[in-house]
Amino acid sequence: MNRLRWAFADGATLTRRDLDHWARQPAQVVIGLLFPVMIVLMFGYLLGGGMTVPGGSGAAGYREFLIPGTLALTMVFGLEGTFQAIKTDVSRGVTDRFRSMPMASSAVVVGRSVADLLNAVVSLSVLALSGLAIGWRWHSGLAAALAAFGLLLLLRFAMLWIGIYLGLVVRGEGALVAVQILVWPLGFLSNTFAAPSTMPGWLGTIAEWNPLSSTVGAARELFGNPGWGGDSWVAQHAILMAVVWPVLLIAVFFPLSVARYRNLDR
Amino acid sequence: MEAVTAHALRRRFGSVEALAGVDLAIPAGSVHGLLGPNGAGKTTLVRILTTLLRATDGTATVAGFDVRREPDRVRAHIGLVGQHAAVDEILSGRQNLEMFGRLYHLGRVAARARADALLAEFGLADTGTRAVSTYSGGMRRRLDLAASLITAPPVLFLDEPTTGLDPRSRGEVWDAVRALVAGGTTVLLTTQYLEEVDRLADQVTVIDHGRVIATGTPSALKGQLGGDRIDVVVADLVDLPATAALLARITGDTPDTDEDHRRVGVAVTDRMAALTATVRALADSGIAVDDVTLRRPTLDEVFLHLTATDSNSDAEKVTA
Repeated sequence: MNRLRWAFADGATLTRRDLDHWARQPAQVVIGLLFPVMIVLMFGYLLGGGMTVPGGSGAAGYREFLIPGTLALTMVFGLEGTFQAIKTDVSRGVTDRFRSMPMASSAVVVGRSVADLLNAVVSLSVLALSGLAIGWRWHSGLAAALAAFGLLLLLRFAMLWIGIYLGLVVRGEGALVAVQILVWPLGFLSNTFAAPSTMPGWLGTIAEWNPLSSTVGAARELFGNPGWGGDSWVAQHAILMAVVWPVLLIAVFFPLSVARYRNLDR
Repeated sequence: MEAVTAHALRRRFGSVEALAGVDLAIPAGSVHGLLGPNGAGKTTLVRILTTLLRATDGTATVAGFDVRREPDRVRAHIGLVGQHAAVDEILSGRQNLEMFGRLYHLGRVAARARADALLAEFGLADTGTRAVSTYSGGMRRRLDLAASLITAPPVLFLDEPTTGLDPRSRGEVWDAVRALVAGGTTVLLTTQYLEEVDRLADQVTVIDHGRVIATGTPSALKGQLGGDRIDVVVADLVDLPATAALLARITGDTPDTDEDHRRVGVAVTDRMAALTATVRALADSGIAVDDVTLRRPTLDEVFLHLTATDSNSDAEKVTA
């Protein structure tokens, strides 16, 4: 019982650490929050004029379509922040200090999870408010909208465990660039900005089976925003797959991360 | 009582044997120097003793607790200063110490008071609110050391604590370590610098290729090289061979010559007699001399001597 109490206390201490980071680096936090807003403005106003979405009317329709995709994309890009934070602690020896202290070993990941999910909630709010300002709405009621936000956070939670695992495993400078280069195609090889049906056959299939596409499809469905549709099984079962994919990813990367943390030496 | 013990400790990484059976016994309240070149196995040993890494074989205790079976008890009795200053760069010094204090399960008030006391003790009081990223290397090290001492642990591990520091910062760290030892802390210090163990350690263990190759007090290790040495620096390089021959005749030993510094050195047993004979012989021969010194060997010389012997014996084993 005592052990559990300390696990909570230690997790809270490390959550507080991240909140202190935000307070000491407000400019970075603001830039991080505005980046997805910039993506919306870029795609919505620079490219959106040439895009038509089934069930949406012109550029305004594309912007309605764009918001759920950008929300989900922001969740995927959150992986970079998790990765960077974990990797910095490992390379600076802070992780070793934690591991040599009589604290709960779960605290590092609990603190990371809570802080990153709080950050995700703030990101989603800022982006949703920006969306509302340019004409995006949810059309299927508040409960469905909240369910969509829940699925988005579930995706972020799965990305968190991938980020933790990569942060513990990947070594060397330039690793962040490598992760960024990997995350971008993962983000764009999906239904976020374009219809998989317009891509070459096999590429379209990969895009449809991308976990990101399931969350994007589910969010569009729950918000009542226009989407690409699609006849494939995975496109037809977006909400189911928006639960299955993250759970599957967590089931793989959670135990991998725990094993890696317990024995960090290669 | 022994604060740290290791018995036949082994660690293998794939096909590489980082530790090949290390024995160690460090009495409580002493400073033990662990000396060896890069890759000798020093850090691996420290990581096993601080529960960060499991030994492949063998046993070890710290503060009376088995590192494998009671890692939590061990962690509650140690402080670790690793090769990097393991502190949060974004936070201030005070925030770092408060965070670590909370993680050592001090209450909010106690953690704050302890942070203030440590900042003052390590000369960081007026920089306590600045981000650590603005600290100098020496300040970071001191903060790192302070973070390891929050609970005043009985056993402190310092893994190359002064690597990469300028001489002044190094002196600051040494002063801090001396103050701790005066308070009764047992310290295991790894280093590549012989001067460091010479200044701080009561006992030294020299390891190379994961094996203990010598152990003893710093002065006993120096004694292994044959006592004191005479160095002669000649004014003209051409006199170097003649001077070496002269020293060889007096001591019956082969001197080392160093052309870059125009220096000949040799170990002597009867120091004053050898010095008198050398000065007289130099005067008789008419060789112009810049300097004649009688001195204790440095640990560098001892170390080179020991590691050279070690690799020779390895070579013999291979060819045999």
